[in-house]
Amino acid sequence: MIEIRDLHKYFGSLHVLKGIDLDVQKGEVLSVIGASGSGKSTLLYCINGLEPIQQGSVRVDGIDVHAKGTDINKLRTKLGMVFQQWNSFPHLTALENVALAPKIVKGKSRDEARDIAAKQLTHVGLGEKLNVFPSSLSGGQQQRLAIARALAMEPEYMLFDEATSALDPELVGEVLDTMRLLAEEGMTMICVTHEMGFARDVSDRVAFFHQGVMEEIGPPAQIFSEAQSEHTRKFLANVR
Amino acid sequence: MFDYNFHWRPVMKSLPDLLEASLLTIQVAVLAMVLGIIIGLCLALTRLHLKGPLYWFASAWVELARNTPALFQLFFFGFGLGAFGLHLSPYFIVLAGLTFNCAGYLAENFRGGFQAVPETQLRASRSLGMTAWQAYTRVVIPQVFRIVYHPITNQMVWAVLMSSLGMLVGFRELSGETQFFASRTFRIFEYFAVTAVIYYVIVKIILLASRLLASRLFRY
Repeated sequence: MIEIRDLHKYFGSLHVLKGIDLDVQKGEVLSVIGASGSGKSTLLYCINGLEPIQQGSVRVDGIDVHAKGTDINKLRTKLGMVFQQWNSFPHLTALENVALAPKIVKGKSRDEARDIAAKQLTHVGLGEKLNVFPSSLSGGQQQRLAIARALAMEPEYMLFDEATSALDPELVGEVLDTMRLLAEEGMTMICVTHEMGFARDVSDRVAFFHQGVMEEIGPPAQIFSEAQSEHTRKFLANVR
Repeated sequence: MFDYNFHWRPVMKSLPDLLEASLLTIQVAVLAMVLGIIIGLCLALTRLHLKGPLYWFASAWVELARNTPALFQLFFFGFGLGAFGLHLSPYFIVLAGLTFNCAGYLAENFRGGFQAVPETQLRASRSLGMTAWQAYTRVVIPQVFRIVYHPITNQMVWAVLMSSLGMLVGFRELSGETQFFASRTFRIFEYFAVTAVIYYVIVKIILLASRLLASRLFRY
């Protein structure tokens, strides 16, 4: 379970997150929507400790992410992350991309790590591309590679930071399908997304962010058809 | 047309000595490069990540190495330090001067290399639970190395050619040795012509080796 309490985040004097309170249960799929600059991506970075916070707390399975004594590297193995710019490692093959972290972070043997990598790549539909370098993969394939790479650490939570925003339109579908597959398998997911269809069909709850505040959260049906907040209604009217 | 008779015999007689001296040239250039790469990497990381006195020190090093004649740098380690009573042997004058110069140039190559690898590569690595050290050594530096590989080769060539300045501080590397024989026999043109060929061959071998190594190292 992820518990966020009164989370405040500043970039210099810019107040990016203004007191967020949010619980995400095991097995839940939460979509986070909102305009660019509303703080939704920053929220993800605060959850896995890639960004420090200035006030409040984030707990993952009871462990305070931002506490001094926390082994953040160990905690991050529980929190897979997929980025907008897929960030595949260009100097490694697909298989090596995925096998690297299990090997050096989890201490798996070379063969074990490669087995895990092959399994995860097959899982996301890249079983034919094991020995290919990222430069010869399409954007969608590279993003699925990034998903496999995160899954290879056997995370309990997956954080998706606009995983489809940088993709050509015709490649969005294959990545969304992979995310759907994960959701069906019961993975706990927080998806920052601009894909309203995905948010409506796949998530258990949808959160709307506006200028660093979580304006509204609820089941998709409620957010999409009977939003309480004026900002939410305006945003949804614009994206539709 | 010319009122000059070529005499190659003395050159050929001292060819073994010249070849031996060229080993010294290669040795001092390689050593200067190895030290230059280590120091250059430190200078680049200092300039990228630190502030204050260390940053100023690294910046001054890079500025002086790149913007003053290499010969003056050699003279500094020879006559400059000599004026303060610190007398280095010709070998160490050249080694110190070349290292100083190469480190300065390489530092800027490395800095460019680090800046060319997107910050997000580091973030992605850290998000997988890697320590900063692991992320740097397994993800960032291999990419930097590829970016700076050919500039490093260039610098290696430059180090070999620049070591000829050793002649001016009394170092008997290839040029110093050539100068020594040339002034004894007055066959100045012949000696330096042959020596130029030797330099050319050395550089060609370096370039060939570098290319072969690159095709083994870089698979993408």
